Amino acid sequence: MSLQVLTYIFVGLTFSLYIGIAIWSRASSTRDFYIAGAHVSPLANGLATAADWMSAASFISMAGIVSFMGRDGSVYLMGWTGGYVLLALMIAPYLREFGKFTVPDFIGDRYYSQLARTVALVCAIFVSFTYVAGQMRGVGVVFSRFLEVDINLGVLIGMGIVFFYAVLGGMKGITYTQVAQYCVLIFAYMVPAVFISILLTDNIIPQIGFGSELNDSFGGGYLLDRLDGLHEELGFAAYTEGVRSSLDVLFITAALIMGTAGLPHVIIRFFTVPSVRAARKSAGYALFFIAILYTTAPAIAAFARTNLINTVNNAQYLEMPGWFRTWENTGLISFDDKNEDGRIQYVADPDINELTVDRDIIVLANPEISQLPNWVIALVAAGGLAAALSTAAGLLLVISTSISHDLLKSNLMPNISEKQELLFARIAIFFAVCIAGYFGINPPGFVAQVVAFAFGLAAASFFPAIVLGIFSTRMNKEGAVSGMIAGIVFTASYIIYFKFINPAIDNADNWWWGVSPEGIGTLGMLLNFIVALVVCNLTPEPPQAVKDMVLDIRVPGKPE
Amino acid sequence: MSENDNLYWQENIRILKILLSIWFVVSFLMSVIFVDQLDVIRFGGFKFGFWMAQQGSIYVYVILIIVYIKFMDGLDKKYHHEEKDILAEEQASQNS
Repeated sequence: MSLQVLTYIFVGLTFSLYIGIAIWSRASSTRDFYIAGAHVSPLANGLATAADWMSAASFISMAGIVSFMGRDGSVYLMGWTGGYVLLALMIAPYLREFGKFTVPDFIGDRYYSQLARTVALVCAIFVSFTYVAGQMRGVGVVFSRFLEVDINLGVLIGMGIVFFYAVLGGMKGITYTQVAQYCVLIFAYMVPAVFISILLTDNIIPQIGFGSELNDSFGGGYLLDRLDGLHEELGFAAYTEGVRSSLDVLFITAALIMGTAGLPHVIIRFFTVPSVRAARKSAGYALFFIAILYTTAPAIAAFARTNLINTVNNAQYLEMPGWFRTWENTGLISFDDKNEDGRIQYVADPDINELTVDRDIIVLANPEISQLPNWVIALVAAGGLAAALSTAAGLLLVISTSISHDLLKSNLMPNISEKQELLFARIAIFFAVCIAGYFGINPPGFVAQVVAFAFGLAAASFFPAIVLGIFSTRMNKEGAVSGMIAGIVFTASYIIYFKFINPAIDNADNWWWGVSPEGIGTLGMLLNFIVALVVCNLTPEPPQAVKDMVLDIRVPGKPE
Repeated sequence: MSENDNLYWQENIRILKILLSIWFVVSFLMSVIFVDQLDVIRFGGFKFGFWMAQQGSIYVYVILIIVYIKFMDGLDKKYHHEEKDILAEEQASQNS
């Protein structure tokens, strides 16, 4: 059966599954719509959180990024997993005990201030919109690569599906479709990974194959040693050595980790479980399911890189295997025979180098490289869509609840009924889907930078405000709000300056203390903490009722 | 806050300090600052520092959360803060 037909079938089947789940899990109250009735089991929540977390970027691009960065790729591997330890230990249980619906709920109540609530909801909307723009684009890209559907039509189809289950089911619909989407995406990710591991090392477990010896057809010797050797021959830095300064690696990793723990669409996942114990357990499950993909990615990165270099290095262009041709046709690989010898020179020196490779190939070309049948490729397409849609849905829900609950019900229009609030929530998701779709069709050129922006802002604004809110009874509204504003303004200015106003000087010579815009969120976070603590000690203590609330949420088992 | 709750919180803080210190050492010291020094140690086809940065730290993260969950379960029992397991109750009443 042709690849296209198979892809249509797989995508069609998975989409029908999501629609079926949406109908089954219709939301009928705000409690259902915002937090799935707080009835999600830890296991289901773990699966949903993992799908929510792993976006199109994680699925398609991350292994590719790691394969080109070598050891430095660890900033993303650790950066996007380490935050879950902070969430599990320092945030999820306490916010669940707090028990309301959203992150601005917590900020607004804890800091007894509508100003704090408003700052929080504006941040939540901004962070979520910047993130979701990339997701809808990702949906369009998968459609165009695999189904040869025009990118914009792909975005519209994606919008339609998300709209259906998000508007109908709210958090309930989103959670259970995410559970299904995790199953699809992890299967789609692991099948090619297992096969490329077998192809190079005869080991069926990619994580172990990563540290194993190459099999005879590849010439034996440890995989990573061979890769280091190949790299050095061609003028690249050794794969297992880093190039970036330690300080920058430290700051970027920290910004991503703290940003993870401050992202509203992740934090609200922990409102959907029935108890504090369940919140802790679901954080554990979530990281476990995320780790399955994240410990496989560096293995895929190394396998694919080794295989790529092995195949193309000084080989005859005309003898390249099928997968090379297929991806050449899409423009993800291109060859320019500079010395006209009919052979491919793939080296670090840009004057001699003849081969340009797009990072996304590492995952996309894997099934063909491993000589897997067409249905696996179709599965990868369905998996990429599952990853993009699941993340988009979580983000859209945050935008919608920020408007209907935090802006309207808790702020501007406190007298609306529950039915009206639910209606506003549905309308808000409709508009959010449309705006996200617009950005999917007309992406700002800087989508990737803007996601880094989102992490930096979350690290500099939400993370300190939430952690101080839980672990300090003294922290007051003046401290928290000044801290958040200081963190946001500093981080945003630094990023906007280097990425948008003056990109020509965006390099290590001009960065403050050698810290890149991707890592500046760590400094912003520290600034937030310092400003908050200083201002707090100069201004009145919080009211006793608020202090009592803090003491209450530190202990589980309060009667609902 | 009652004396009971205060003791509960003190023990909670203690486990956090221990687990977060391990987290810090693994994420920033072993995988970034001292990664080259740790690369001297090899096991299988891996240099230890590189492995820590790309895989090992993630395994440690999962273990840290599991340890935390088990410890807090024990703490909840010790200080009588067990919560109702709503989902289990519903399951039981559905089966009966």
